[in-house]
Amino acid sequence: MPIIAAQGLTMRFPRVTALDRLDVSVEAGVVGLVGANGAGKSTLIKILLGLLPPTEGRASVLGLDIAREGAAIRERVGFMPEYDCLPPDVSATEFVVHMARMCGLPPPAARERAADVLRHVGLYEERYRPIGGYSTGMKQKVKLAQALVHDPQLVFLDEPTNGLDPAGRDEMLALIRRIGSEFGISVLVTSHLLGELERVCDHVVIIDGGKLLRSQAVESFTAVSGVLTVEVQDGRDALGEHLHAQGVAVRPEGRVLVVDIAGERTYDLIRDGVADLGLHLVRLEQRRHHIEDVFTS
Amino acid sequence: MSTSTIHDIGYRRYDGPRLGRGYLVRSLYVHNVRAVWGLGRPARAKVMPFLLAAVMVAPAFMDVGAVLLTDRAEVLMRYSAYAIYLQVVVSIFVASQAPVLASRELRFHVVPLYFSRPIAPLPFVLAKFAAMVTALLTMTAVPVVVLYVGGLIAKVPHPLTHLREFLLALVGCALFALVIGALGMAVAVLTPRRGFGVAAVIAVFLLSSAVVLLVQNIAEFRTNFSLAGNAGYFAPFNLVDIVQVRLLGAERTAEAVPDGFISGVLALLLCAALVGGAVAVLYRRFRKAGLS
Repeated sequence: MPIIAAQGLTMRFPRVTALDRLDVSVEAGVVGLVGANGAGKSTLIKILLGLLPPTEGRASVLGLDIAREGAAIRERVGFMPEYDCLPPDVSATEFVVHMARMCGLPPPAARERAADVLRHVGLYEERYRPIGGYSTGMKQKVKLAQALVHDPQLVFLDEPTNGLDPAGRDEMLALIRRIGSEFGISVLVTSHLLGELERVCDHVVIIDGGKLLRSQAVESFTAVSGVLTVEVQDGRDALGEHLHAQGVAVRPEGRVLVVDIAGERTYDLIRDGVADLGLHLVRLEQRRHHIEDVFTS
Repeated sequence: MSTSTIHDIGYRRYDGPRLGRGYLVRSLYVHNVRAVWGLGRPARAKVMPFLLAAVMVAPAFMDVGAVLLTDRAEVLMRYSAYAIYLQVVVSIFVASQAPVLASRELRFHVVPLYFSRPIAPLPFVLAKFAAMVTALLTMTAVPVVVLYVGGLIAKVPHPLTHLREFLLALVGCALFALVIGALGMAVAVLTPRRGFGVAAVIAVFLLSSAVVLLVQNIAEFRTNFSLAGNAGYFAPFNLVDIVQVRLLGAERTAEAVPDGFISGVLALLLCAALVGGAVAVLYRRFRKAGLS
């Protein structure tokens, strides 16, 4: 059963169409939702939470209809918004316990779950201090903790790496991966940074101008391509000319040569060329596609 | 090191009970009551509400002391007059604490976190309003209870009359709490910046009372008694006093109140309209914030 399914989902605001007849079906796992700013990602999340009725179309989350079973959906999902949404004058513990109770957890369970989940996101002694004094990374962790505290079946994470430094970004991406694999909670994560999603997602949905551009497994985006990247020390042009003379399609690209693969023979020709010219081979690898190629091609 | 700690614990699923809407609203109500009094927050958040509560109840203790020392029952303050005599304290309390409930979560964009959970905007708003009313009821009713118990200790004459007046004054306190809370919350939710919110709420209560008092004095000087009475509809404390006098049989505390039972009914309807209007304003504002 798909965790999210939408048919003809349309959302028109007075001056803008945020979603335009969107058809999409997503299976359990870590799913990336990609789109430029203003592509309709946040609107889609609000609709899927049953908070915003769509202008047209239907959708279901975890098999529950967004129009009729919004409250049941909100019991089973967690939501981490993009923007700052934490009160500064309470501690992370106090806040996350309160948010657990707002999902119906009895007080002892709320306290226990809050302590557990704050540890999982990596907040320790500092969780007793008021949130106002936290760094951006710590605030992002609290936002993630409140989305997970009631043990949802699915979490919506809206731009979770926004504003984080490279180390914080890596930590957050690793956490997202663990939520999907170790915690067994499906994730719908939005980002406009494609490289990030490639690292953590099983499946990527790309929307542009409210329309579905692609929806496919990350593996199929990043399949190996039919070209080789060759890097040699001091002799790029000589090797290029040598290969060209042998009838190989080759072009320079920065410090490397890009060679079209025409069977096993291409590898032999490169090896022989490097050996004949007495060059030092630094790198020889088959290129992979990136999600980015969808936008640049 | 921290990473290894995380792995050692392992993620545990939650398969315990998930309680229903009633529990959510009750939890939210308790959370808001705690917020009004600054509980679970830094010490500075507790200073203002507890200081004002002390200032509010102190005159009641002093009055009871005076009754006990002088043995003169007539020194005991009228129960129904207490909140009106101390309306400045009540006004400052609602001005400083209504923004805590009405605009704090708006200012920090916390509201969408509630509405992405199984809680709807109306119960959310009602829990906030009920918390404010409870706080104001505590502020207004506790001194009245102190006066009554003090009166009993001092063995004031006509205990049954006192009991009746005390119980009717408690009804008055509930009405004060509803009307003052409604108006305070509505003004605070429309002025999200805290400084402005506090100033706006104080202005609404104290200016309206001052202007009405001025109009009543001028009207009485010119022997226009119906104008003096009707002016009372335009200030919240006077409005509740009209209900106390015309429907609950209390003595007049305000400068003037309009004549007749029907004026009491009209004042009560205005109180109901104020409460209904305030809840509608809160609902609209929070619902919008929850979706933004």
